[in-house]
Amino acid sequence: MIELFSFEFIRNALIASLLVSIASGIVGTLVVVNRLSFIAGGVAHAAYGGLGLSAFLGWSPMAGTIPFSLASSLLIGFISRNQKERADTIIGVVWAAGMAIGIILIDLTPGYFTDLMSYLFGSIMAVSGNTLLWMAILDICVIALICFFFKEILAMSYDPEFASIRGIPVRFFYYMILCMVALTVVLLIKAVGLILVIALFTIPASIAELFTNNLQRMMIWSVLLGCVFTAGGILAAYFLDLTAGATIIMFACCAYGISYGVKKVFYRKRR
Amino acid sequence: MTNNTVIELDNVNFGYTSDLAIRNVSFSVQAGDFLGIIGPNGGGKTTLLRLILGMLHPVQGKVLLLGDSPLRTRHNAGYVPQETNVNKEFPIIVHDVVMTGLTTSKGFWRPFTKQQHGQADAILDKLGLLPFRKRKIAELSGGQRQKVLLSRALVSNPSVLFLDEPTASVDATGEDEIYQHLVDINNTGTTIVLVTHNIGIMSKYIKSVACVNKHLHYHPDGKLDEQSVTDTFGCTVDIIAHGLPHRVFQSHHNCKDCHD
Repeated sequence: MIELFSFEFIRNALIASLLVSIASGIVGTLVVVNRLSFIAGGVAHAAYGGLGLSAFLGWSPMAGTIPFSLASSLLIGFISRNQKERADTIIGVVWAAGMAIGIILIDLTPGYFTDLMSYLFGSIMAVSGNTLLWMAILDICVIALICFFFKEILAMSYDPEFASIRGIPVRFFYYMILCMVALTVVLLIKAVGLILVIALFTIPASIAELFTNNLQRMMIWSVLLGCVFTAGGILAAYFLDLTAGATIIMFACCAYGISYGVKKVFYRKRR
Repeated sequence: MTNNTVIELDNVNFGYTSDLAIRNVSFSVQAGDFLGIIGPNGGGKTTLLRLILGMLHPVQGKVLLLGDSPLRTRHNAGYVPQETNVNKEFPIIVHDVVMTGLTTSKGFWRPFTKQQHGQADAILDKLGLLPFRKRKIAELSGGQRQKVLLSRALVSNPSVLFLDEPTASVDATGEDEIYQHLVDINNTGTTIVLVTHNIGIMSKYIKSVACVNKHLHYHPDGKLDEQSVTDTFGCTVDIIAHGLPHRVFQSHHNCKDCHD
């Protein structure tokens, strides 16, 4: 077991799991309490358009994916705020359009796009030192924003109408959360792939929500659970020779099922 | 407009579509009033409240709150939404809900002071909720949650308090209790504007009443005549049959279908 840590790729993967869990735990909590899961799913899938754009223009994957994800999250957010009745349909359209743009741009790119599978299902075992640095920078930004604006974010998440009457710039915070979602999606794609991003956003936060009664604790527990799921998934994937991203998510899904059952039984007994 | 005018609407029109939901509404509310806004479902009660609070903007006419545009002054107002409109499952404790009533556009990243925490506890104590201060909001009853939202609105000492159907999910005892708190608050000089379709209980406590059904009929003495109720609801007999109290419905004894 100890010799496992002598491999650089395992060390990097475990460091990545910690860094990814910090961002996904905090931002995922905001996604869950603000009911933004579908928007986050739309942004994650639309990000594939950014990957296609990067491949087509010969840029590094991040260079195309970051602006594309930010633009799609702001577009989805704008439509969701202004066309509430049609929001789910339009999110679905942006979701599909982003993926279609990505696939078409990759088709038009000469040569073979070898990284396709790694972006769909993640490649946490292959993260570079450079990616770890980007993840650490994102974590610092997310933590700083939450510390600065916690009471305003709490007020707007709980009751946006009341918060706007109190003079809180609700629209600004809404778009700020969506930008945090977009940037976290880009880094989570590296770890678990765009298809599974939504699970890492929502599962740890949803489990934490079952057992906590305030937002700070929910964020802390989401981060801790994310660490357990990603690190546990990486080790299980290594020993069982499975895809790490999918193993992480299966681990998280089983934990969610158990937690939900425990909560239900416990709640019934208390009643 | 006098110095005592808290709310003033001048020929206000508003519509979500080309069909106007509020038509040519002009009226003013004076400081210290306890105004009940009544009307049928879809008559524009909540729309009117939203216009006064600057959440909606009139297509024509002018709305003034505390002498200025609502967008500039509404942070001085307290607002209690319908309890059912707020997320019950949100991970937040009672004390923190009340603290959100002290957030403002100024002082980002500055934590709340001890004195502000004390202010929140004092208001919870006043409404009998101090023992629940650490409870998750989901663990409270509908009536208790409504009182928490009332505490949140009052913690900043607003000069005017708006309530949208404050007793919609509350039983009769809780309803009386909430209205009694409102009377106490009104007695300290706070102007209260309350939207409801429950005329019966409201009529015992209000000072003035406005009937809204696209148009608005304002009755500064809190009394309604038969014509106003008919104009507003379009069905006088049904309302009387459900026990419209004497004070609101002044001249019901002339109605041949009335049942006291």
